[in-house]
Formats: sequence, structure tokens, C-alpha cells
Amino acid sequence: MNKTLTPRRGSDRPRRTPRGTVPVRPLQGRLSFLARPRTLVVCLVLALTGVLTLAVSVSVGDYEVPLAAVPGAILGYGEHLDVFFVQGTRLPRALTAVGVGAALGVAGAVFQSLSRNALGSPDIIGFTSGAASGAVAVILVFGAGRLGISLGAVVGGLATAAAVYLLAMKNGVQGYRLVLVGIGISAMLSSVRDYLMTRAELTDALGAQIWMIGSLNGRGWAEVVAVWAAFVLLGGVLFALGRRLRFMELGEDTARGLGVDTRGTQIIAFATASALTGAAIAVAGPIGFVALAAPQLARRLTRSGGTTLAGAAAMGATLLVVADLVAMRALAPTQLPVGVVTAVIGGTYLIWLLYTEWRGGRA
Amino acid sequence: MSTTGHDDTRLNGHGLTLAYDQRVISRDLGVSIPDSSFTVIVGPNACGKSTLLRALSRTLKPADGQVHLDGKAIDTYPAKEVARRLGLLPQSSVAPEGIGVADLISRGRYPHQGFLRQWSAEDEAVLADAMEATGVTDLADRSVDELSGGQRQRVWLAMVLAQQTPLLLLDEPTTYLDIAHQMDVLDLCADLHHNRGHTLVAVLHDLNHAARYATHLVVMKDGAIVAQGAPSEVVTAGLVEEVFGLPVRVVPDPETETPMIVPVDRRPQRA
Repeated sequence: MNKTLTPRRGSDRPRRTPRGTVPVRPLQGRLSFLARPRTLVVCLVLALTGVLTLAVSVSVGDYEVPLAAVPGAILGYGEHLDVFFVQGTRLPRALTAVGVGAALGVAGAVFQSLSRNALGSPDIIGFTSGAASGAVAVILVFGAGRLGISLGAVVGGLATAAAVYLLAMKNGVQGYRLVLVGIGISAMLSSVRDYLMTRAELTDALGAQIWMIGSLNGRGWAEVVAVWAAFVLLGGVLFALGRRLRFMELGEDTARGLGVDTRGTQIIAFATASALTGAAIAVAGPIGFVALAAPQLARRLTRSGGTTLAGAAAMGATLLVVADLVAMRALAPTQLPVGVVTAVIGGTYLIWLLYTEWRGGRA
Repeated sequence: MSTTGHDDTRLNGHGLTLAYDQRVISRDLGVSIPDSSFTVIVGPNACGKSTLLRALSRTLKPADGQVHLDGKAIDTYPAKEVARRLGLLPQSSVAPEGIGVADLISRGRYPHQGFLRQWSAEDEAVLADAMEATGVTDLADRSVDELSGGQRQRVWLAMVLAQQTPLLLLDEPTTYLDIAHQMDVLDLCADLHHNRGHTLVAVLHDLNHAARYATHLVVMKDGAIVAQGAPSEVVTAGLVEEVFGLPVRVVPDPETETPMIVPVDRRPQRA
């Protein structure tokens, strides 16, 4: 009896680390964590792809800037016109795409973690719809400008998030309840939007319609600063919660059993991710499917068996930069709103996701 | 049973009123888990046995009354401190898609880790030990998705074991398993109790399994505890009929001599 209460002592103790991880212990083990080389490589490859795409999207257009001249132009050297186009319009637009994409990727990953459901992204659970309704109401009722629209989007999004959270909450938030309540609220909001549209002047309605597709056209340095500040601030909070979010994916009772403050994590993460989504939508309109697809693609590429916020951010940023390049050049000189491109890419992905999950018997 | 007097067991609850929102499951419930016991809670469906386990593991906050862990009210401990003393395997565990076996088990180390110390050499040794104790060492590099139900339950047990808690609370650990894997999991539980000195509390469905493996049996009906004690004293034909509404004979288990119930044949006599 009582053979072993604690594991064997000494250097012959067998040890284990999970597959695909490498323990890192600097400072004599005072600091220790598990590194995932595969995740690191995926993030680096995505970042490289993003940077290259960004360079291309800055160089092409009606006025071509040679690729070799791009780095100089970014720093303000070279041909006057090169610098004008790169610094004045193309670079801020591309950097906005990076910020918005990263923000949507992280926020989507957090929502999916909390709901333990790939469909638990802000697109599906009504957040995007709420933000769009807020913005459209501001456009049509008050005839507001861009700042007002952004404000309307944030307020609409947060109000919807709060409503969905409260309605879906009963002894904690359950994934399917969140998704179903969100879909219901989405449908209601979209009918309100449709009603407002029928009452509006044609030009106003057209403007609102275009805003709702989501676009990066004409975004400048103010938008870059806004979305990057939101990403650093709110994204920082979410990254700090990242470890706990991975435990939330085991189920709420299990996470609690392991000593995770589930309720606090849920509320802070939900509110912060909502605010981050709001910031992204305020800057670029409700760009669809990035928040849904980026975290899922990232977790499949990293094979990490759970959400990786860094992967989701890198994937979101790269996806949006690529989509925006396609939007600008696919039908040039006509510029598509980037939301059209992400919807095509994301829609295809969503169908594939549902198809494989149904076949796997998970949905 | 409403006494809130001195109780020196490591885990106990007194005067508990347990409810989900307005729906009251139990009123004025008192229970003590004997130290070093393998306690099994049994009773008919919806009798409140899982609810009691949830209260004991602070997953459900009692509407009234208090659960005590090591002499202090359980809700006065920091969450991680409880998780270092008491491990819980709930029914609702979800393995994230594609997670590896060792990765999932390593999550059990969370209460011993901090923001700066996320994976120590000690964690590695405990992980190896938990896998060895549950016989899943060979599965370490597989995905949890690929495992059979029985293997998966061993992996979850390994995760809870990696918490290194003296107390282990298991909510229906044998549900959804076939008979061979049920015995497999119960043998493993008996091993953890007997050879590694854990105090176990499990909710089980099968009365015969409970009578064979438990050292202390808690029988519940309609949210109340109707009997508790050693299975040989508690399991009688009268009690089973009272609690489950099923006429039975109680005979000694031919393998273990523990009480075994055999339902009375109620079909009309055939010629």
C-alpha cells in the first residue's frame, strides 16, 4: 500500500513533453515555457507573405512604383511621385489592412474559443450585424460623416454583443446557444436595416450599402493609428488571457476544475474582443469572414490542437492584405470593396469547413 | 443532518441547499467524505448525485450551506489552490479538435504553473508519471480524436492525476463505455485509491459496480441521502426497492463477496 504518492525523485525520473513542443528554460528555470516550433514557422511564413504582398500592393496601380524603389519611397527617398503615392495613399491603406486583419483574426479566435465553436465568430453571432446596423442608422438618420459612422458602428456592435451575451448566458455561455441567439439577433437587425434603407434617400442608401460591404478605399494615416492603437491595447489584453482561453476550450467545468477563473475570463475576453471587433469595423466597415476563417486556418496550419492567437493575428493580417490586393487589381481599373473578396474566399472556406465537420460528425 | 458542528474530514458539506436557478435539487444536505476512502455516490436518474458532486467540487455554488475543504470554506480559497487539493473530472469535458494526448494531459499541471513558470522539469516528470499510472504512455503522440472511448477516459483521468491532488472527484467516469472498458476504468480507480493513496469520490450508475469497488457508499433519492456506509451494510433488498422501486435479491458477488443485486423475475410464470 501507498507505494508512491509522489513521483520518483532523482535524475532517472522519466520525463515527457507534448509532441511538437520544445521546453525553453532561461534564467536557471526561473522562466519556463513550451515553445512550438511549428507555430513559430507558420507565423514567420505568414509574416513574410504579408510583407511581400504589402510591398507589391504598394508598388502596383495606375501609377507604377518599381518594386526596388518601394523601400526607399516608404522612408521618403526617391522620386517625388513615388513617395507621394506610397506614403500618401498606398502605404496607409495597406497598413490599415494589416491592422484590421490582425484585429479581426484575434477577435475571431477569442470568440471561437469562448463558444468552443468554429461558428462562434463575430460575423455569425450578430456582432458584425449590430455594428452595421449602428453605422447605417447613423448614416441614414443623422447623415453623419466618417467619425460618426465609426462611433455608430462601435456602439451598435457593443450593444449587440452585450445583448447576445446576456440572452445566451445561463450558468455560463454555451457555444450553440451563443450562435443561435446571435443568428436570431442578426436577422432582426438586418430587417431593421432594410426598413431604414427603404425610408432613405437614394444616395444615402447607396452610401450605406457600400459601407456595409466593408472597404479599405481611401483609408489614411488616421485609420492606421486608430486600428493599430486598438490592436496593441486590446489585443495585448487578449494575448495575456491567451493561456486561460486555451483552457476554456476544454469545457467550463473542466477549466474551473483546473483552477481557471472561468467567469472572469469569459467576461473580460468577451468585452475586449467585442471592442476590438468594433474598432476594426469602425475603420473598415464590416469586412466579412476574416474573423471566421483566419483562426480556423491558423489552427489547421499550426496543428496546435487549440487556438493560437498569434497564428490567428498573422493569418488575419495576411489574408486581408492579399484580399485587398486582389480587390484593387482583379478588375482594374474598377476597384472592388475588399469585403466582396473576403466573402468569396471566406464563403468557400465556410462551406468546406461545414462539409468536413458534417462528414466527421462533429456538427 | 443539519449540524454544522465539527467535522474533521478533508472534504465535507453541511446544510447544503443546491439549486439551478429556481429549481431546488437538494435541501439541507449533509455529507462527509471519509479520508482515504473510495466513496461512490449512487441513486436513480435525476436524484441529485451529480449535483452533489458539483457542489463538492465548487463547480456549483450552494444556494445555502457551505462545503469545507481541509477545514476552510471552499470558496475562500483562490481557484488554483483548490485545484492543487482537489481534482475534478466532469462529464462535460471537451477535447479540442486535433489536440495531442500528452498535450491534453499536460493541462493538468495548470494549478502548479505561473505566468513566468509555465513548464518546469517537474511538470515533465509528473506528466510522464501520470501517463504511466494510467497506461497511456504509448499513446502520448497520438491525437485524442483518434482514441477509443476507453482510451480517452484514461487520458482524462491522467490529466486530473497530473494535478497531483490528494482528492479526486469523478462524475460518471464509466458512462458511454462498454463493459470491458468500464471495468478497466474502475480497476484504474481502485489502483489510484489503493496504491497511490488518493481519496476518490465517484458518481456511478451501476449499483453492482458501486458495491464492488466502493469502500464507502452514499445512496441518494430525490435530492436526499437515504443511506451511507460500507456497501456490505448499506446494500439490502429493502433499500434498493425503496430507492429504485425495483424488487431485487441481494446475493454475495461470487468473485468478491461484496453484495450483488439481482432483479426479481417479474414475468408471468411460464408453464
